[in-house]
Amino acid sequence: MSTAALAARPTGGFGVRASLSRNRRWALITSYFFLVLFAIFFLIPPYYMVVTALKSDSEVARMATNPWIIADGVTLDQFRILLTQTDFLIFFRNTIIVTMCTVAITMVVSVFAAFSLGRMKFWGSGILATGIFLTYLVPDTLLFIPLFQIVKAIGLLNSYWGMVLVYPTLTVPFCTWIMIGYFQSIPKELDEAALIDGAGHLQMLTKIFIPVALPGIIAAMIFAFTVSWAAFVYPMAFLYSADQQVLTVGTVTSLIRGDVYKWGMLMAGALMAAAPPLVIYAFLMDYYIAGLTAGATKG
Amino acid sequence: MAEVALRNVVKRFDNVEVVRNISLDIPDNEFVVLVGPSGCGKSTTLRMIAGLEEISAGDIYIGGEVVNDLPPKDRDIAMVFQNYALYPHMSVFENMSFGLKLRKFPKDEIKRRVDNAARILDITELLDRKPKALSGGQRQRVAMGRAIVRNPKVFLFDEPLSNLDAKLRVQMRTEIKRVHQMVKTTTVYVTHDQVEAMTLADRVVVMNGGVIEQIATPQDLYHHPKTRFVAGFIGSPAMNFIRCRLEQNGVGLRVRISDTVGLPVPAAQSRRFQPFAGKELIFGLRPEHITEPRRNDRDANCEFKATLDVVEPMGMETMVYFTVDGQEICGRVDPGSAAGPGESMRLYADMDRMHLIEPQTGAVL
Repeated sequence: MSTAALAARPTGGFGVRASLSRNRRWALITSYFFLVLFAIFFLIPPYYMVVTALKSDSEVARMATNPWIIADGVTLDQFRILLTQTDFLIFFRNTIIVTMCTVAITMVVSVFAAFSLGRMKFWGSGILATGIFLTYLVPDTLLFIPLFQIVKAIGLLNSYWGMVLVYPTLTVPFCTWIMIGYFQSIPKELDEAALIDGAGHLQMLTKIFIPVALPGIIAAMIFAFTVSWAAFVYPMAFLYSADQQVLTVGTVTSLIRGDVYKWGMLMAGALMAAAPPLVIYAFLMDYYIAGLTAGATKG
Repeated sequence: MAEVALRNVVKRFDNVEVVRNISLDIPDNEFVVLVGPSGCGKSTTLRMIAGLEEISAGDIYIGGEVVNDLPPKDRDIAMVFQNYALYPHMSVFENMSFGLKLRKFPKDEIKRRVDNAARILDITELLDRKPKALSGGQRQRVAMGRAIVRNPKVFLFDEPLSNLDAKLRVQMRTEIKRVHQMVKTTTVYVTHDQVEAMTLADRVVVMNGGVIEQIATPQDLYHHPKTRFVAGFIGSPAMNFIRCRLEQNGVGLRVRISDTVGLPVPAAQSRRFQPFAGKELIFGLRPEHITEPRRNDRDANCEFKATLDVVEPMGMETMVYFTVDGQEICGRVDPGSAAGPGESMRLYADMDRMHLIEPQTGAVL
């Protein structure tokens, strides 16, 4: 190697490193730019909700004021009236009952279905698993007419228990599908080790699979919770008394009378309705992210 | 403690027969190693003994009882898997005690057994840790501990050391042997590593293509292979297989491997090989039996000259590769006497260790 070549090498290496670091810096700047842009974009509606909920009715009605700031001072009147003079708390209670029952039913059915379809190979198990997923692809707006007939036939029309019956038809297929994937990703040696240790299939499920697949189960729970908490079309079609109504439909129907919109209370109601999902997501995300299968096998 | 027996066992996956009519008797306390290349049916055989695979035909006996239709938990066996298969959400103690808890053992008995196994395996200080906080070797010890606490009739090992690095593998091999000497239990161990098979086994079962090629002690397998496959599989580097003609040489016989190289068959073996005189055969000789001429009392006719193609110094010995009549041969010589590549060297074939193989059947004569 010539002296010139020897001298050129370190310079070339440094050049490549400098260029890599410059590339990385630009990648970071671009990422942050778009992240901030999206964060602002998605935070505008919640910000508007908070600001409006803390205004008085007169300030909301006054067109001259800037809608993005609170000019006349913060007031909690909207929350007070909503909680004391409307059926909001009944809607809230109904939604909690419906959601808890839906999540419980979904998890029991999906865990058993996913375990049998994902781990116990039997004739037709593959086709059945695909079939379950295909049912999820049918839009719920197409299903609510036949479901209306069924719910009416069993006498649960205008009862939130009808929702407990209907929501799992939306949540079970998808939750089963994502849990099949989780159960299949667990090394087969784990169930073989459990079989040899003396576990039956139920013990294998409860003592090995559920704890190991907890991130998947929590993901499925979050999904079932979200679907049930935020459902609009079914309660709109199936429920019409205020005492049976859930948050999504109840808040809107009781606070919009003809062309009169109670914006302050609507925003306060939306904020309070959004709080439980936020708290639950924040709490469960830690579990969701934790990789519980670490250490089971070589890796 | 129990003997294990396989009688005409067959395993088919759809129409493919992966285990073909094998029979095997394993006496109480024996350490048997099933060895063979990938796809030879050794792991399937082990899984059939464990009850993790159904058998297509034949019978499996554990402790004299037919277990064909018994589920794994009722066979009183314990198994150690290649990838450990530890329960990731349980501590080491919980992993080891899981089987005992399911069998409703009293708490103090569980603790006594786990402590005892942990002492044997030197993992007492790890009992509170989760598997993810353990190294590969420690995980494998826990997997063994889980098997030991059960005090089963039979231990089954499915390539337990394959995931460990070379140094740890040697260490754990010794550990497994030590544990077997302490906890005398019938053991069936599957590996593709012939060194593991030779060092651990009381008897080795060599499998190939779903059949048992030979069952023998490690020494017997090495010195008296029954088939060309066994001769080539056991030993590293592999035995040299050289096309030859067995010639009559006066009253004795000679192995002719080229126009210039003909090696005399020892008188003690001539009678055995006499019926094959004049036939084309395969001459088998291990690299360690092709050396530099060492002692004066050796038969000078066993010496020959070769031009070395490749020389591989290994430290305590040097591997030399040369070609005779287009066939590559490997020898193992003293580092001090090895010539360089392209140079000529005198070599000595220890014909007392020779094998002759029938080319069509692969049987060692």
